[in-house]
Amino acid sequence: MPNQERVIFEYSTPGRGASDQWPADPGEEALADLPPRLRRATPPGLPEVGELEVVRHFTRLSQLNFSIDTHFYPLGSCTMKYNPKACNQYAMLPQFLARHPLAPESCGQGFLECMYELQEMLKEVTGMRGVALSPMAGAHGEFAGVAMIRAYHQARGDAVRNEIIVPEAAHGTNPATATMCGCVVREIPVDSEGDVDLEALKAVVGPNTAGIMLTNPSTLGVFERRIGEVARIVHDAGGLLYYDGANLNAILGKVRPGDMGFDVIHMNLHKTFSTPHGGGGPGAGAVGVGERLLPFMPIPVVGREGGTYRWLEEADLPHSIGRLSAFMGNAGVLLRAYIYMRLLGRDGMRRVGEYATLNANYMLKKLTEAGFDAAYPRRRASHEFILTLKRQARDLNVTAMDFAKRLLDYGFHAPTTYFPLLVPECLLIEPTETESKDTLDAFVTAMSQILKEASEEPGRVSGAPHTMPVRRLDDVRAARQLDLTWKPTAQP
Amino acid sequence: MSNVPADLKFTKSHEWVRTLADGSVEIGITDHAQHALGDLVFVEVPEAGRAVQAGEACAVVESVKAASDVYSPLGGEVVAGNPLLATQPEAVNTNPYGAGWLMRLMPAAGAIAAARLLTAADYQKVLEAEGG
Repeated sequence: MPNQERVIFEYSTPGRGASDQWPADPGEEALADLPPRLRRATPPGLPEVGELEVVRHFTRLSQLNFSIDTHFYPLGSCTMKYNPKACNQYAMLPQFLARHPLAPESCGQGFLECMYELQEMLKEVTGMRGVALSPMAGAHGEFAGVAMIRAYHQARGDAVRNEIIVPEAAHGTNPATATMCGCVVREIPVDSEGDVDLEALKAVVGPNTAGIMLTNPSTLGVFERRIGEVARIVHDAGGLLYYDGANLNAILGKVRPGDMGFDVIHMNLHKTFSTPHGGGGPGAGAVGVGERLLPFMPIPVVGREGGTYRWLEEADLPHSIGRLSAFMGNAGVLLRAYIYMRLLGRDGMRRVGEYATLNANYMLKKLTEAGFDAAYPRRRASHEFILTLKRQARDLNVTAMDFAKRLLDYGFHAPTTYFPLLVPECLLIEPTETESKDTLDAFVTAMSQILKEASEEPGRVSGAPHTMPVRRLDDVRAARQLDLTWKPTAQP
Repeated sequence: MSNVPADLKFTKSHEWVRTLADGSVEIGITDHAQHALGDLVFVEVPEAGRAVQAGEACAVVESVKAASDVYSPLGGEVVAGNPLLATQPEAVNTNPYGAGWLMRLMPAAGAIAAARLLTAADYQKVLEAEGG
């Protein structure tokens, strides 16, 4: 069992340091411009450690982590799939890395061509008419999307439309986005099969409807079967449809949001199109739009004139909602997405959707055979599925969280727990297309073994994890006492 | 088995309502709801004087699992939010029908009848139907 790694300050020894990493002494002359009151009187409280200690400390910390490179990571709704190293390798070419974002367009035609082609490929795979790459992450893309919906209504003199409809199976960030854009959220229920309640939708649409935010397949891991009907009801009421690209991996190359009737979509390029994510970024939340929202796209967008490429700015798109970021987005992530799509090609893209779906359905079947309950037993899974451990919690007094913690002992990252909120004691499991059948089988075996333990020796499950450097954390206390600052027991 | 006091009225969305002597009502979340949410770490209650509609989200309960809106079972004007919960959100867990009340409301005329609140027996049936 690995020991708990200490805080780096606890390795500090006075006078120790990494002299070759030390910044050059700027000298008194360089400091002369700094007013005395802004100069610190005491040195900063940095740890005094040697270079080797720093290397070992952070290497050990990295080894305590669960990651896709080390473990199966079926974290539902997050698409924690393997990102081919080739994408990283090509995006790290010095010609890309050394390009200055303010370099003249004539010096960056290769990069601009990649971005233009990325826009074109994303348009094709989503069925949209225009794509803008600048939003920095999913939530940023959502903001851009709803801002465009509002701009559209305002441009038509219909500014009263400020209601965004959000089904309870929508992605969790959607209500937050609508609120950030100054809209009022109207939540509607889903039926027992996981589809949007059409009667509730009809009752809530009206002259105030700005639009609806949906993800399809939904957060319940099932495909919204009446999406055509949903689109008709919302469009007839004068609203627009927003597609949250959180679950795009499931339908890649199979169904296009544009064909389902969506007017605007954001894509988590870091998720579906190859960038390691989950660590807080960087991401890329490109947005795609249909005909009606083309004039409102955020700037800059890459345009092509003859054989040359250039940034389209406000002069080209006078109705744009404007800039959402300095420069043009997270170039490194956009490049990885471009390379990933070029490597896969059209057929590869289709296989992503097929295997993501096949793997999820295989695991769903195996796990239900092993004695687990599917939340939607009459539905086929999309790229992910939900188990409900309500029965186990009631009969064995072992919760979904206990299963999640015990899985760590078996060498698996836990699935998403207690989300979506409307399914009690749930595990949301997303295997992704990049896992082999052997890995899927090993996970099913571990889950069966834990179920056996839960009935024979429940303490082993409810007391898990047993092999991790940290046992069960007191998450209630951590949430109530938010001070996480490490304080030295003695001054260094 | 959840505690469902016979003298209170309930909603399908797991709020309870108690009528006080002055005609105002006290509102909170049920024992079943607090159990489903788990240990609460943050509670936001409405300010006195706020007008709320029936079905309007008017309080937030947050646990380590989830943050949920609490919907007002009936329309009226907020008389008070429970000040205790700012520092002791766990009161909702330990005493959901007592010290853990969320808000007091003066109902609008006819609001109680319009709310179609459930009796304890009917709420118990809702819980059974949910498998709780």
